[in-house]
Amino acid sequence: MDLINFTIKEAHERLKKKEFSSKELASAYLKQIKKIDKDINAYLSVAEESAMAQAEFADEKISSGNFSELTGIPCAIKDAILVEGQICTAASKILENYIAPYDATVIKKLKEQGSVILGKTNTDEFTMGASTENSAFGVVKNPYDKNRVAGGSSGGSAAAVAALEACFSLGSDTGGSIRLPASFCGIAGLNPTYGSVSRYGLIAHASSLDQIGPMAKNIEDIKIVFKAICGKDPMDATSADYNFENSDVGLKGLKIGVPKEYFTEGLDKEVKKIIEDSIKKAEEQGAEIKEISLPNTKYSTACYYIIVPSEASSNLARFDGIKYGFSDQSPKSLLDVYSKSRGKGFGSEPKRRIMLGAHSLSSGYYDAYYRRAQEVRQLVKQDFINAFAKVDLIFCPVAPFPAFNIGEKADDPLSMYLVDIYTAGVKLAGLPALSMPAGTLRQAQGENLPVGLQIIGNHFQENKILSVASFIEKMV
Amino acid sequence: MISKDEVKHIAKLARLELTEKETIKMQKDLSAILDYFNLLKKAPQSKNFKENFYRGASSLRKDESKKSGLADKLLAATPEKKDDYIKVKSIF
Repeated sequence: MDLINFTIKEAHERLKKKEFSSKELASAYLKQIKKIDKDINAYLSVAEESAMAQAEFADEKISSGNFSELTGIPCAIKDAILVEGQICTAASKILENYIAPYDATVIKKLKEQGSVILGKTNTDEFTMGASTENSAFGVVKNPYDKNRVAGGSSGGSAAAVAALEACFSLGSDTGGSIRLPASFCGIAGLNPTYGSVSRYGLIAHASSLDQIGPMAKNIEDIKIVFKAICGKDPMDATSADYNFENSDVGLKGLKIGVPKEYFTEGLDKEVKKIIEDSIKKAEEQGAEIKEISLPNTKYSTACYYIIVPSEASSNLARFDGIKYGFSDQSPKSLLDVYSKSRGKGFGSEPKRRIMLGAHSLSSGYYDAYYRRAQEVRQLVKQDFINAFAKVDLIFCPVAPFPAFNIGEKADDPLSMYLVDIYTAGVKLAGLPALSMPAGTLRQAQGENLPVGLQIIGNHFQENKILSVASFIEKMV
Repeated sequence: MISKDEVKHIAKLARLELTEKETIKMQKDLSAILDYFNLLKKAPQSKNFKENFYRGASSLRKDESKKSGLADKLLAATPEKKDDYIKVKSIF
Protein backbone atom coordinates (compact mmCIF):
# COMPACT_ATOMS: atom_id res chain seq x y z
CA MET A 1 0.00 0.00 0.00
CA ASP A 2 1.25 3.45 -0.87
CA LEU A 3 2.08 5.43 2.28
CA ILE A 4 0.01 8.42 1.16
CA ASN A 5 -3.22 6.42 1.50
CA PHE A 6 -2.97 6.13 5.28
CA THR A 7 -5.05 8.27 7.61
CA ILE A 8 -3.34 10.02 10.54
CA LYS A 9 -4.27 7.18 12.87
CA GLU A 10 -3.10 4.47 10.45
CA ALA A 11 0.17 6.23 9.69
CA HIS A 12 0.73 6.85 13.41
CA GLU A 13 0.34 3.14 14.26
CA ARG A 14 2.87 2.23 11.57
CA LEU A 15 5.33 4.96 12.56
CA LYS A 16 5.11 3.60 16.08
CA LYS A 17 5.91 0.09 14.89
CA LYS A 18 8.73 1.49 12.73
CA GLU A 19 7.20 0.03 9.56
CA PHE A 20 8.37 3.21 7.91
CA SER A 21 9.94 6.46 9.06
CA SER A 22 8.54 9.96 9.11
CA LYS A 23 11.12 10.89 6.46
CA GLU A 24 9.82 8.15 4.18
CA LEU A 25 6.25 9.31 4.76
CA ALA A 26 7.12 12.95 4.02
CA SER A 27 9.05 11.90 0.89
CA ALA A 28 6.03 9.96 -0.36
CA TYR A 29 3.82 13.04 -0.07
CA LEU A 30 6.43 15.33 -1.63
CA LYS A 31 6.68 12.88 -4.53
CA GLN A 32 2.90 12.94 -4.99
CA ILE A 33 2.93 16.77 -4.96
CA LYS A 34 5.63 16.81 -7.65
CA LYS A 35 3.73 14.30 -9.68
CA ILE A 36 0.25 15.80 -9.71
CA ASP A 37 0.12 19.33 -8.32
CA LYS A 38 0.79 21.00 -11.65
CA ASP A 39 -2.68 19.74 -12.65
CA ILE A 40 -4.40 20.60 -9.34
CA ASN A 41 -2.68 23.82 -8.19
CA ALA A 42 -3.45 23.08 -4.54
CA TYR A 43 -0.09 24.39 -3.32
CA LEU A 44 1.23 27.93 -3.64
CA SER A 45 4.57 26.93 -2.13
CA VAL A 46 6.18 23.67 -1.08
CA ALA A 47 8.77 23.71 1.70
CA GLU A 48 10.68 20.54 0.91
CA GLU A 49 13.81 21.35 2.86
CA SER A 50 12.14 22.38 6.11
CA ALA A 51 9.62 19.53 5.78
CA MET A 52 12.44 16.99 5.59
CA ALA A 53 14.17 18.62 8.58
CA GLN A 54 10.91 18.43 10.55
CA ALA A 55 10.51 14.79 9.54
CA GLU A 56 14.00 14.04 10.79
CA PHE A 57 13.14 15.73 14.09
CA ALA A 58 9.93 13.67 14.23
CA ASP A 59 11.88 10.45 13.70
CA GLU A 60 14.11 11.38 16.63
CA LYS A 61 11.04 12.06 18.76
CA ILE A 62 9.59 8.69 17.81
CA SER A 63 12.84 6.93 18.64
CA SER A 64 12.92 8.65 22.04
CA GLY A 65 9.42 7.36 22.78
CA ASN A 66 8.07 10.84 23.53
CA PHE A 67 5.57 11.45 20.73
CA SER A 68 1.92 11.96 19.90
CA GLU A 69 -0.49 10.94 17.16
CA LEU A 70 0.54 13.90 15.03
CA THR A 71 4.29 13.35 15.30
CA GLY A 72 5.73 12.84 11.83
CA ILE A 73 2.38 13.35 10.08
CA PRO A 74 2.67 15.57 6.96
CA CYS A 75 0.17 18.39 6.57
CA ALA A 76 -0.67 21.36 4.36
CA ILE A 77 -1.47 24.84 5.65
CA LYS A 78 -3.78 27.40 4.06
CA ASP A 79 -1.67 30.29 2.83
CA ALA A 80 -3.49 32.75 5.09
CA ILE A 81 -1.89 31.21 8.19
CA LEU A 82 1.64 32.30 9.11
CA VAL A 83 4.48 29.78 9.19
CA GLU A 84 7.67 31.47 10.38
CA GLY A 85 10.25 32.07 7.67
CA GLN A 86 7.94 30.98 4.85
CA ILE A 87 6.24 33.19 2.32
CA CYS A 88 2.61 33.89 3.21
CA THR A 89 0.68 35.44 0.34
CA ALA A 90 -3.02 35.06 1.26
CA ALA A 91 -3.11 34.40 -2.52
CA SER A 92 -2.72 38.14 -3.11
CA LYS A 93 -0.23 40.07 -5.23
CA ILE A 94 0.01 42.57 -2.39
CA LEU A 95 1.74 39.90 -0.24
CA GLU A 96 3.50 38.04 -3.05
CA ASN A 97 6.92 38.22 -1.34
CA TYR A 98 5.87 38.58 2.29
CA ILE A 99 7.84 36.36 4.68
CA ALA A 100 5.97 35.43 7.85
CA PRO A 101 7.84 36.82 10.88
CA TYR A 102 6.36 34.33 13.37
CA ASP A 103 4.31 31.15 13.69
CA ALA A 104 0.55 31.31 14.10
CA THR A 105 -0.51 29.71 17.38
CA VAL A 106 -1.99 26.70 15.54
CA ILE A 107 1.37 26.20 13.76
CA LYS A 108 3.24 26.45 17.02
CA LYS A 109 0.98 23.74 18.41
CA LEU A 110 1.43 21.48 15.38
CA LYS A 111 5.20 21.93 15.51
CA GLU A 112 5.24 21.07 19.21
CA GLN A 113 3.51 17.80 18.32
CA GLY A 114 6.13 17.17 15.64
CA SER A 115 3.89 17.48 12.57
CA VAL A 116 5.59 18.00 9.22
CA ILE A 117 4.54 21.07 7.24
CA LEU A 118 4.73 20.28 3.52
CA GLY A 119 3.72 23.69 2.23
CA LYS A 120 1.12 26.42 1.87
CA THR A 121 -2.14 25.96 0.03
CA ASN A 122 -4.04 28.04 -2.46
CA THR A 123 -7.11 30.03 -1.45
CA ASP A 124 -9.30 32.82 -2.70
CA GLU A 125 -7.47 36.13 -2.22
CA PHE A 126 -7.62 37.01 1.49
CA THR A 127 -9.97 33.99 1.82
CA MET A 128 -12.69 35.91 -0.03
CA GLY A 129 -14.61 33.55 -2.24
CA ALA A 130 -16.28 30.20 -2.68
CA SER A 131 -14.24 28.69 -5.53
CA THR A 132 -10.56 29.84 -5.31
CA GLU A 133 -11.16 31.59 -8.62
CA ASN A 134 -10.30 34.79 -6.75
CA SER A 135 -6.73 33.58 -6.11
CA ALA A 136 -4.12 35.82 -7.72
CA PHE A 137 -2.19 32.64 -8.53
CA GLY A 138 -4.68 30.55 -10.44
CA VAL A 139 -7.69 28.41 -9.61
CA VAL A 140 -7.51 25.09 -7.70
CA LYS A 141 -8.90 22.24 -9.76
CA ASN A 142 -11.23 19.68 -8.28
CA PRO A 143 -9.41 16.33 -8.06
CA TYR A 144 -12.67 14.55 -9.05
CA ASP A 145 -13.18 16.60 -12.19
CA LYS A 146 -10.51 19.07 -13.25
CA ASN A 147 -12.96 21.22 -15.18
CA ARG A 148 -14.67 22.04 -11.91
CA VAL A 149 -13.76 24.16 -8.89
CA ALA A 150 -12.55 22.63 -5.63
CA GLY A 151 -14.69 25.11 -3.68
CA GLY A 152 -13.36 27.87 -1.55
CA SER A 153 -11.89 29.60 0.00
CA SER A 154 -9.84 26.73 1.51
CA GLY A 155 -9.87 24.96 -1.88
CA GLY A 156 -6.15 24.20 -1.87
CA SER A 157 -6.35 22.63 1.60
CA ALA A 158 -9.32 20.49 0.53
CA ALA A 159 -7.87 19.41 -2.82
CA ALA A 160 -4.49 18.60 -1.20
CA VAL A 161 -6.15 16.11 1.15
CA ALA A 162 -8.46 14.69 -1.53
CA ALA A 163 -5.60 14.21 -4.02
CA LEU A 164 -3.39 12.60 -1.33
CA GLU A 165 -0.94 15.52 -1.40
CA ALA A 166 -1.18 15.87 2.42
CA CYS A 167 -2.39 13.65 5.22
CA PHE A 168 -4.44 16.51 6.67
CA SER A 169 -4.64 20.26 6.33
CA LEU A 170 -5.72 23.43 8.06
CA GLY A 171 -8.22 25.79 6.51
CA SER A 172 -10.17 28.78 7.73
CA ASP A 173 -13.91 29.39 7.62
CA THR A 174 -15.55 32.82 7.58
CA GLY A 175 -18.76 31.97 5.69
CA GLY A 176 -18.28 28.38 4.58
CA SER A 177 -14.64 28.31 3.51
CA ILE A 178 -13.83 24.99 5.19
CA ARG A 179 -17.15 23.19 4.73
CA LEU A 180 -17.79 24.09 1.11
CA PRO A 181 -14.47 22.84 -0.34
CA ALA A 182 -14.64 19.79 1.96
CA SER A 183 -18.04 18.99 0.44
CA PHE A 184 -16.89 19.60 -3.14
CA CYS A 185 -13.73 17.48 -2.69
CA GLY A 186 -15.25 14.60 -0.72
CA ILE A 187 -13.31 15.03 2.53
CA ALA A 188 -14.20 16.00 6.11
CA GLY A 189 -13.86 19.59 7.30
CA LEU A 190 -14.76 21.15 10.64
CA ASN A 191 -15.66 24.77 11.20
CA PRO A 192 -15.20 24.95 14.99
CA THR A 193 -17.18 27.09 17.43
CA TYR A 194 -16.18 30.76 17.28
CA GLY A 195 -13.47 31.14 19.91
CA SER A 196 -12.44 27.50 20.18
CA VAL A 197 -9.25 27.86 18.10
CA SER A 198 -6.82 30.79 18.33
CA ARG A 199 -6.66 33.00 15.24
CA TYR A 200 -3.32 34.54 16.19
CA GLY A 201 -1.31 34.46 12.96
CA LEU A 202 -4.31 34.05 10.67
CA ILE A 203 -4.51 36.95 8.21
CA ALA A 204 -7.80 38.57 9.21
CA HIS A 205 -10.78 38.67 6.89
CA ALA A 206 -13.85 39.29 9.09
CA SER A 207 -12.86 39.05 12.72
CA SER A 208 -16.27 38.37 14.24
CA LEU A 209 -16.51 35.20 12.12
CA ASP A 210 -13.04 33.90 11.15
CA GLN A 211 -12.15 30.46 12.51
CA ILE A 212 -9.30 28.05 11.76
CA GLY A 213 -10.28 24.39 11.49
CA PRO A 214 -9.05 20.94 10.44
CA MET A 215 -9.63 19.21 7.10
CA ALA A 216 -8.91 15.50 6.85
CA LYS A 217 -9.58 12.13 5.26
CA ASN A 218 -12.02 10.99 7.97
CA ILE A 219 -13.72 11.98 11.22
CA GLU A 220 -11.20 10.30 13.51
CA ASP A 221 -8.44 12.45 12.00
CA ILE A 222 -10.56 15.59 12.40
CA LYS A 223 -10.84 14.81 16.11
CA ILE A 224 -7.07 14.33 16.46
CA VAL A 225 -6.21 17.63 14.75
CA PHE A 226 -8.98 19.61 16.43
CA LYS A 227 -7.88 18.43 19.86
CA ALA A 228 -4.32 19.52 19.06
CA ILE A 229 -5.19 23.06 17.93
CA CYS A 230 -8.09 24.15 20.18
CA GLY A 231 -7.90 26.08 23.42
CA LYS A 232 -7.23 29.41 25.07
CA ASP A 233 -4.46 31.62 23.74
CA PRO A 234 -3.44 34.88 25.41
CA MET A 235 -2.65 36.24 21.92
CA ASP A 236 -6.30 35.98 20.78
CA ALA A 237 -8.69 37.68 23.18
CA THR A 238 -11.65 35.87 21.60
CA SER A 239 -10.23 32.41 22.26
CA ALA A 240 -12.05 30.38 24.88
CA ASP A 241 -10.79 28.15 27.63
CA TYR A 242 -11.95 24.98 25.94
CA ASN A 243 -10.55 21.52 25.60
CA PHE A 244 -12.09 19.03 23.19
CA GLU A 245 -12.77 15.66 24.73
CA ASN A 246 -13.94 12.77 22.62
CA SER A 247 -17.31 11.49 23.80
CA ASP A 248 -19.61 8.69 22.88
CA VAL A 249 -22.90 10.15 21.70
CA GLY A 250 -24.86 7.64 19.67
CA LEU A 251 -27.80 7.99 17.32
CA LYS A 252 -30.31 6.23 19.54
CA GLY A 253 -32.70 8.79 20.96
CA LEU A 254 -30.73 11.66 19.41
CA LYS A 255 -32.94 14.51 18.28
CA ILE A 256 -31.95 15.66 14.80
CA GLY A 257 -33.44 18.87 13.45
CA VAL A 258 -33.99 19.30 9.73
CA PRO A 259 -34.55 22.95 8.81
CA LYS A 260 -37.29 23.19 6.21
CA GLU A 261 -35.85 26.43 4.82
CA TYR A 262 -32.74 24.52 3.69
CA PHE A 263 -34.70 22.12 1.49
CA THR A 264 -36.61 24.53 -0.73
CA GLU A 265 -36.24 25.45 -4.39
CA GLY A 266 -32.66 26.05 -5.46
CA LEU A 267 -31.49 22.82 -3.87
CA ASP A 268 -30.35 20.34 -6.51
CA LYS A 269 -32.66 17.31 -6.53
CA GLU A 270 -29.84 14.77 -6.45
CA VAL A 271 -28.08 16.58 -3.60
CA LYS A 272 -31.38 16.68 -1.74
CA LYS A 273 -31.80 12.93 -2.17
CA ILE A 274 -28.30 12.18 -0.85
CA ILE A 275 -28.90 14.34 2.25
CA GLU A 276 -32.36 12.85 2.84
CA ASP A 277 -30.88 9.35 2.54
CA SER A 278 -28.32 10.17 5.25
CA ILE A 279 -31.09 11.50 7.48
CA LYS A 280 -33.13 8.35 6.87
CA LYS A 281 -30.16 6.16 7.82
CA ALA A 282 -29.76 8.11 11.06
CA GLU A 283 -33.46 7.55 11.75
CA GLU A 284 -33.12 3.82 11.15
CA GLN A 285 -30.43 3.78 13.83
CA GLY A 286 -32.84 5.24 16.38
CA ALA A 287 -32.50 9.00 15.90
CA GLU A 288 -35.62 11.10 16.20
CA ILE A 289 -36.03 13.38 13.18
CA LYS A 290 -37.80 16.69 13.74
CA GLU A 291 -38.63 19.30 11.16
CA ILE A 292 -37.53 22.67 12.46
CA SER A 293 -37.76 26.22 11.16
CA LEU A 294 -35.01 28.81 10.86
CA PRO A 295 -37.33 31.55 9.60
CA ASN A 296 -34.67 34.20 9.06
CA THR A 297 -32.54 32.03 6.77
CA LYS A 298 -33.60 34.07 3.75
CA TYR A 299 -31.92 37.15 5.24
CA SER A 300 -28.69 35.50 6.34
CA THR A 301 -26.72 35.90 3.11
CA ALA A 302 -27.55 39.61 2.78
CA CYS A 303 -26.77 40.12 6.47
CA TYR A 304 -23.48 38.23 6.09
CA TYR A 305 -22.39 40.22 3.03
CA ILE A 306 -22.83 43.51 4.86
CA ILE A 307 -21.05 42.47 8.05
CA VAL A 308 -18.15 40.70 6.33
CA PRO A 309 -17.14 43.48 3.91
CA SER A 310 -17.53 46.02 6.72
CA GLU A 311 -15.05 44.14 8.85
CA ALA A 312 -12.85 43.32 5.85
CA SER A 313 -12.62 46.96 4.79
CA SER A 314 -11.28 47.73 8.23
CA ASN A 315 -8.95 44.69 8.40
CA LEU A 316 -7.49 45.38 4.96
CA ALA A 317 -6.68 48.99 5.87
CA ARG A 318 -3.35 47.68 7.19
CA PHE A 319 -2.18 46.94 3.63
CA ASP A 320 -1.04 50.43 2.83
CA GLY A 321 2.30 49.99 1.06
CA ILE A 322 4.14 51.11 4.19
CA LYS A 323 4.30 48.28 6.70
CA TYR A 324 4.65 45.23 4.48
CA GLY A 325 3.95 43.82 1.06
CA PHE A 326 3.76 45.50 -2.30
CA SER A 327 4.48 49.22 -2.39
CA ASP A 328 4.25 51.60 -5.30
CA GLN A 329 6.91 54.20 -4.51
CA SER A 330 6.47 56.16 -7.75
CA PRO A 331 4.15 58.91 -6.43
CA LYS A 332 5.44 61.92 -4.52
CA SER A 333 2.85 62.05 -1.75
CA LEU A 334 2.02 59.59 1.00
CA LEU A 335 -1.67 59.53 0.11
CA ASP A 336 -0.89 58.42 -3.43
CA VAL A 337 1.44 55.70 -2.14
CA TYR A 338 -1.53 54.32 -0.19
CA SER A 339 -4.05 54.39 -3.00
CA LYS A 340 -1.72 53.24 -5.78
CA SER A 341 -0.19 50.40 -3.71
CA ARG A 342 -3.68 49.21 -2.81
CA GLY A 343 -5.04 49.78 -6.30
CA LYS A 344 -2.29 47.71 -7.91
CA GLY A 345 -1.87 45.16 -5.10
CA PHE A 346 -5.46 44.03 -4.45
CA GLY A 347 -7.48 41.88 -6.83
CA SER A 348 -11.08 42.55 -7.72
CA GLU A 349 -12.85 40.73 -4.85
CA PRO A 350 -10.94 42.42 -1.99
CA LYS A 351 -11.53 45.73 -3.79
CA ARG A 352 -15.24 45.00 -4.01
CA ARG A 353 -15.42 44.15 -0.32
CA ILE A 354 -13.42 47.21 0.70
CA MET A 355 -15.87 49.35 -1.29
CA LEU A 356 -18.98 47.59 0.02
CA GLY A 357 -17.71 47.79 3.57
CA ALA A 358 -16.68 51.42 3.38
CA HIS A 359 -20.09 52.23 1.90
CA SER A 360 -22.05 50.22 4.50
CA LEU A 361 -20.18 51.92 7.33
CA SER A 362 -20.23 55.43 5.94
CA SER A 363 -22.22 58.25 7.46
CA GLY A 364 -25.75 58.28 6.04
CA TYR A 365 -25.73 54.56 5.17
CA TYR A 366 -24.64 53.04 8.47
CA ASP A 367 -28.14 52.64 9.91
CA ALA A 368 -29.62 51.19 6.73
CA TYR A 369 -26.83 48.67 6.17
CA TYR A 370 -24.41 47.90 8.98
CA ARG A 371 -26.69 48.51 11.95
CA ARG A 372 -29.59 46.77 10.26
CA ALA A 373 -27.35 43.77 9.47
CA GLN A 374 -26.27 43.54 13.11
CA GLU A 375 -29.91 43.53 14.09
CA VAL A 376 -30.71 40.74 11.61
CA ARG A 377 -27.67 38.83 12.87
CA GLN A 378 -29.40 38.71 16.25
CA LEU A 379 -32.51 37.26 14.60
CA VAL A 380 -30.50 34.57 12.82
CA LYS A 381 -28.76 33.75 16.08
CA GLN A 382 -32.09 33.56 17.91
CA ASP A 383 -33.40 31.11 15.28
CA PHE A 384 -30.61 28.72 16.17
CA ILE A 385 -31.10 29.24 19.93
CA ASN A 386 -34.76 28.31 19.47
CA ALA A 387 -33.81 25.28 17.37
CA PHE A 388 -31.28 23.95 19.86
CA ALA A 389 -33.88 24.16 22.63
CA LYS A 390 -35.64 21.35 20.76
CA VAL A 391 -32.92 19.33 19.04
CA ASP A 392 -29.37 18.05 19.66
CA LEU A 393 -27.97 18.51 16.17
CA ILE A 394 -29.08 19.91 12.82
CA PHE A 395 -28.60 17.96 9.57
CA CYS A 396 -28.68 19.79 6.23
CA PRO A 397 -26.80 20.22 2.95
CA VAL A 398 -23.53 22.18 2.78
CA ALA A 399 -24.29 23.72 -0.60
CA PRO A 400 -27.27 23.67 -2.97
CA PHE A 401 -25.22 21.89 -5.65
CA PRO A 402 -22.02 19.88 -6.13
CA ALA A 403 -18.77 21.44 -7.46
CA PHE A 404 -19.60 23.83 -10.31
CA ASN A 405 -17.66 24.44 -13.49
CA ILE A 406 -14.65 26.74 -13.47
CA GLY A 407 -15.79 30.10 -14.83
CA GLU A 408 -19.49 29.43 -14.30
CA LYS A 409 -19.94 32.09 -11.61
CA ALA A 410 -16.66 33.96 -11.83
CA ASP A 411 -18.04 37.12 -13.43
CA ASP A 412 -21.13 37.44 -11.27
CA PRO A 413 -20.17 38.28 -7.68
CA LEU A 414 -23.75 38.07 -6.39
CA SER A 415 -24.27 34.51 -7.65
CA MET A 416 -20.96 33.55 -6.04
CA TYR A 417 -22.14 35.08 -2.73
CA LEU A 418 -25.30 32.97 -2.85
CA VAL A 419 -23.21 29.77 -2.78
CA ASP A 420 -22.92 30.45 0.99
CA ILE A 421 -26.66 30.14 1.54
CA TYR A 422 -26.48 27.11 3.90
CA THR A 423 -23.14 27.92 5.52
CA ALA A 424 -23.17 31.64 6.39
CA GLY A 425 -26.02 31.55 8.94
CA VAL A 426 -24.03 29.16 11.13
CA LYS A 427 -21.20 31.68 11.20
CA LEU A 428 -23.43 34.60 12.13
CA ALA A 429 -24.45 32.54 15.17
CA GLY A 430 -20.85 31.47 15.97
CA LEU A 431 -21.78 27.77 15.84
CA PRO A 432 -19.66 24.72 15.02
CA ALA A 433 -20.50 22.74 11.87
CA LEU A 434 -18.97 19.84 10.03
CA SER A 435 -19.02 18.82 6.40
CA MET A 436 -18.60 15.10 5.84
CA PRO A 437 -18.88 12.96 2.72
CA ALA A 438 -22.46 11.70 2.34
CA GLY A 439 -22.44 10.24 -1.16
CA THR A 440 -21.64 10.92 -4.77
CA LEU A 441 -23.75 12.44 -7.43
CA ARG A 442 -23.68 10.35 -10.56
CA GLN A 443 -23.54 12.39 -13.70
CA ALA A 444 -24.72 11.30 -17.11
CA GLN A 445 -21.57 12.83 -18.52
CA GLY A 446 -18.25 13.44 -16.79
CA GLU A 447 -17.03 12.28 -13.40
CA ASN A 448 -19.10 11.51 -10.34
CA LEU A 449 -19.05 14.34 -7.80
CA PRO A 450 -18.93 14.16 -4.00
CA VAL A 451 -21.68 15.70 -1.88
CA GLY A 452 -21.24 16.72 1.76
CA LEU A 453 -23.66 16.46 4.66
CA GLN A 454 -23.56 19.37 7.10
CA ILE A 455 -23.96 18.65 10.82
CA ILE A 456 -24.47 21.75 12.95
CA GLY A 457 -24.18 21.67 16.73
CA ASN A 458 -24.66 24.05 19.61
CA HIS A 459 -21.71 26.13 20.86
CA PHE A 460 -18.72 24.02 21.96
CA GLN A 461 -20.48 20.75 21.16
CA GLU A 462 -17.94 19.51 18.66
CA ASN A 463 -17.85 16.30 20.66
CA LYS A 464 -21.52 15.62 19.87
CA ILE A 465 -21.08 16.50 16.18
CA LEU A 466 -17.96 14.38 15.74
CA SER A 467 -19.20 11.41 17.74
CA VAL A 468 -22.41 11.22 15.69
CA ALA A 469 -20.43 11.82 12.50
CA SER A 470 -18.30 8.75 13.27
CA PHE A 471 -21.47 6.64 13.25
CA ILE A 472 -22.81 8.24 10.08
CA GLU A 473 -19.43 7.70 8.40
CA LYS A 474 -19.78 3.95 8.81
CA MET A 475 -23.26 3.96 7.28
CA VAL A 476 -22.97 6.11 4.16
CA MET B 1 -28.39 52.29 -8.27
CA ILE B 2 -25.16 53.84 -7.08
CA SER B 3 -23.69 56.67 -9.16
CA LYS B 4 -20.24 56.75 -10.66
CA ASP B 5 -19.38 59.78 -8.53
CA GLU B 6 -20.40 57.89 -5.40
CA VAL B 7 -18.12 55.00 -6.41
CA LYS B 8 -15.25 57.44 -6.86
CA HIS B 9 -16.01 59.05 -3.51
CA ILE B 10 -16.01 55.72 -1.63
CA ALA B 11 -12.80 54.67 -3.39
CA LYS B 12 -11.18 57.91 -2.23
CA LEU B 13 -12.33 57.32 1.35
CA ALA B 14 -10.99 53.76 1.18
CA ARG B 15 -7.62 54.91 -0.23
CA LEU B 16 -8.12 52.71 -3.26
CA GLU B 17 -7.16 53.76 -6.76
CA LEU B 18 -9.49 52.35 -9.40
CA THR B 19 -8.98 52.53 -13.14
CA GLU B 20 -11.80 53.87 -15.32
CA LYS B 21 -12.69 50.31 -16.36
CA GLU B 22 -12.72 49.13 -12.74
CA THR B 23 -14.92 52.07 -11.73
CA ILE B 24 -17.55 51.14 -14.32
CA LYS B 25 -17.52 47.46 -13.30
CA MET B 26 -17.63 48.43 -9.61
CA GLN B 27 -20.67 50.64 -10.23
CA LYS B 28 -22.47 47.72 -11.87
CA ASP B 29 -21.48 45.14 -9.23
CA LEU B 30 -22.16 47.34 -6.20
CA SER B 31 -25.55 48.37 -7.58
CA ALA B 32 -26.62 44.73 -7.96
CA ILE B 33 -25.32 43.78 -4.52
CA LEU B 34 -26.82 46.82 -2.75
CA ASP B 35 -30.16 46.09 -4.43
CA TYR B 36 -29.99 42.60 -2.97
CA PHE B 37 -29.35 44.08 0.50
CA ASN B 38 -32.77 45.78 0.31
CA LEU B 39 -34.13 42.38 1.30
CA LEU B 40 -33.20 43.22 4.88
CA LYS B 41 -35.86 45.93 4.98
CA LYS B 42 -38.41 43.13 5.06
CA ALA B 43 -36.82 41.36 8.04
CA PRO B 44 -38.63 41.75 11.36
CA GLN B 45 -37.37 44.16 14.00
CA SER B 46 -35.16 42.53 16.59
CA LYS B 47 -36.34 42.74 20.19
CA ASN B 48 -33.84 43.96 22.78
CA PHE B 49 -31.24 44.75 20.16
CA LYS B 50 -27.98 45.89 21.66
CA GLU B 51 -25.34 47.11 19.30
CA ASN B 52 -22.40 45.82 21.32
CA PHE B 53 -23.39 42.24 21.90
CA TYR B 54 -19.96 40.86 21.21
CA ARG B 55 -19.03 38.31 23.82
CA GLY B 56 -15.25 38.51 24.09
CA ALA B 57 -14.91 42.27 24.38
CA SER B 58 -14.27 42.28 28.10
CA SER B 59 -11.29 39.93 28.08
CA LEU B 60 -8.57 42.51 27.74
CA ARG B 61 -5.06 42.11 29.05
CA LYS B 62 -3.30 44.66 31.21
CA ASP B 63 -1.93 47.57 29.24
CA GLU B 64 1.70 46.72 29.81
CA SER B 65 4.45 46.63 27.24
CA LYS B 66 6.53 43.53 26.75
CA LYS B 67 9.22 42.49 24.34
CA SER B 68 7.96 40.45 21.40
CA GLY B 69 11.41 39.72 20.02
CA LEU B 70 10.01 40.43 16.57
CA ALA B 71 11.19 44.00 15.96
CA ASP B 72 13.94 43.09 13.49
CA LYS B 73 11.72 40.77 11.50
CA LEU B 74 8.86 43.27 11.37
CA LEU B 75 11.22 46.00 10.24
CA ALA B 76 12.68 43.68 7.60
CA ALA B 77 9.20 43.30 6.09
CA THR B 78 8.80 47.03 5.40
CA PRO B 79 9.22 48.07 1.76
CA GLU B 80 11.16 51.28 2.47
CA LYS B 81 13.44 51.88 5.43
CA LYS B 82 16.45 53.85 6.57
CA ASP B 83 18.52 52.44 9.42
CA ASP B 84 16.00 51.38 12.04
CA TYR B 85 13.23 53.61 10.73
CA ILE B 86 10.35 53.00 8.35
CA LYS B 87 10.60 55.53 5.56
CA VAL B 88 7.47 57.24 4.23
CA LYS B 89 6.81 59.97 1.68
CA SER B 90 6.03 63.48 2.78
CA ILE B 91 2.43 64.05 3.79
CA PHE B 92 1.97 67.19 1.70
